[in-house]
Amino acid sequence: MQMIAERLMTAGPTPQLVGGRDRLSGRITFPLPADETRFEAILLPSEGHIWTWTVQRFRPKSPPYVGPEAFEPFAIAYVQLGELIIVETRLTGFAFDTLKVGLPCRLVGEALGGRLTFAFAPLEPRT
Amino acid sequence: MTDVCIIGAGIHPFGRTEGMSGLQQGVFAVRRALADSGIDWPDIEIAFGGSSAAGNADTMVGELGLTGVPFINVANGCATGGSALYGAFAAIKAGQADLALAVGFDKHPRGSFDPKPADWGLPDWVGETGLMLTTQFFALKLRRYMEQFGISERTLGLIAEKAYGNGSLAPHSWRKTPVDLDTILNSQMVNDPLTKYMFCSPAEGGVALVLASHSKARALGATPVFLKTATMRTRPPGSFEVFSPSLDIVRGPSPTVIAAKAAFEAAGIGPQDVDVAQLQDTESGAEIMHMAENGFCADGEQEQWIAEGRTKINGALPVNTDGGCLACGEPIGASGLRQVFENVIQLRGAAGARQVPGARTAYSHVYGAPGVSAITILQR
Repeated sequence: MQMIAERLMTAGPTPQLVGGRDRLSGRITFPLPADETRFEAILLPSEGHIWTWTVQRFRPKSPPYVGPEAFEPFAIAYVQLGELIIVETRLTGFAFDTLKVGLPCRLVGEALGGRLTFAFAPLEPRT
Repeated sequence: MTDVCIIGAGIHPFGRTEGMSGLQQGVFAVRRALADSGIDWPDIEIAFGGSSAAGNADTMVGELGLTGVPFINVANGCATGGSALYGAFAAIKAGQADLALAVGFDKHPRGSFDPKPADWGLPDWVGETGLMLTTQFFALKLRRYMEQFGISERTLGLIAEKAYGNGSLAPHSWRKTPVDLDTILNSQMVNDPLTKYMFCSPAEGGVALVLASHSKARALGATPVFLKTATMRTRPPGSFEVFSPSLDIVRGPSPTVIAAKAAFEAAGIGPQDVDVAQLQDTESGAEIMHMAENGFCADGEQEQWIAEGRTKINGALPVNTDGGCLACGEPIGASGLRQVFENVIQLRGAAGARQVPGARTAYSHVYGAPGVSAITILQR
């Protein structure tokens, strides 16, 4: 499936978001800015925890939203990735009434409007 | 440098006005402000104005008169009105003019705002994946704040209840009917934890203010309200702003925090000296967070302040005495000037049933995307 944007995340079973590190200040940002002389690409941790969250209860307007016409509310969050950065993301696989700050989560691909975007899903306990 | 005075204030009622463009509502407000100040349009030496979605402010010279006046268009998101006022304030301070106009107006379609990612320097996927909504930002910032500082959902409801109560007392408000706490808390959830009644709606309206140098105000025999400061700041590093795909791990203050500090310094007063405040309340949580960001209380104290009714009209620090954005709606270009209009009316003692007794010092604060904050402090 085609990615919704180039250089957004890596492929494979354990995908990672592609961020940018400012070569001068060391500041890390996401997504990777176009200015490659100033920013070098870095791979962000694939696991993190929910920093804050909400549920989108009404359908965003189209355009630009490419999700299905038949709207189902979806959760979104800012997820803290280690001590590097906090990224805004869709959540998938969480029951809304279980959402809370601090829940662990991991990066997954999510199909949306025929393309692949990123989302964070619950991090199952390791067996 | 001269003191700056507000000698005229005009408003076109907020809400929805079929058959009248946003620009026409701006012109209406200018005519009201001119009449209020006792001067005529050709007397205005410089004008600043703007809207977000209702056209170029300077085109109103076609209706007001082709006097050749320099008219500067301002576009600063929700802070457009505040920035226009800042321009007019600075022009008089600098001695460039003795009479200046600030005007803001707008007219938005129904439903949520529909920003384009490219206008905010963001890639298309942010909008395509449903992350480009102002309501989400408000909810996300608020949820974090509530968890950190122990703010309850009931307190969010009490803010909205106060807003609709105050709005019912203001002639220029949109929502004229008080709404009780249970209705607010049980209304449709929009972006958790915020329900329908906790959000303002895009709306229409126009506001204009006539500013004068102190000597000019005296010569005109006006009863001036002094504009002690108009301060505007953009975001510092580490702030939490709308339309941010990522946040820095090292957190910093908001643009409101640094603007408020600068405003109090410029005015030579502190938060304890303020008698009435208009704080940006695009939703209930914004008012709560802005109480602390502007320095009126510590983080977390809002829970007790609201329980005790300290920000009601008869409280220690009345906040949003005309119902704020919640009761007046949000015409982006006009909101910041509505707050100042309300403060002028309060300081003149002309606010009727919503009058704050003996108000001498009034404060206003707007916040806008992508991280701007504009503050005024008025005194009589």
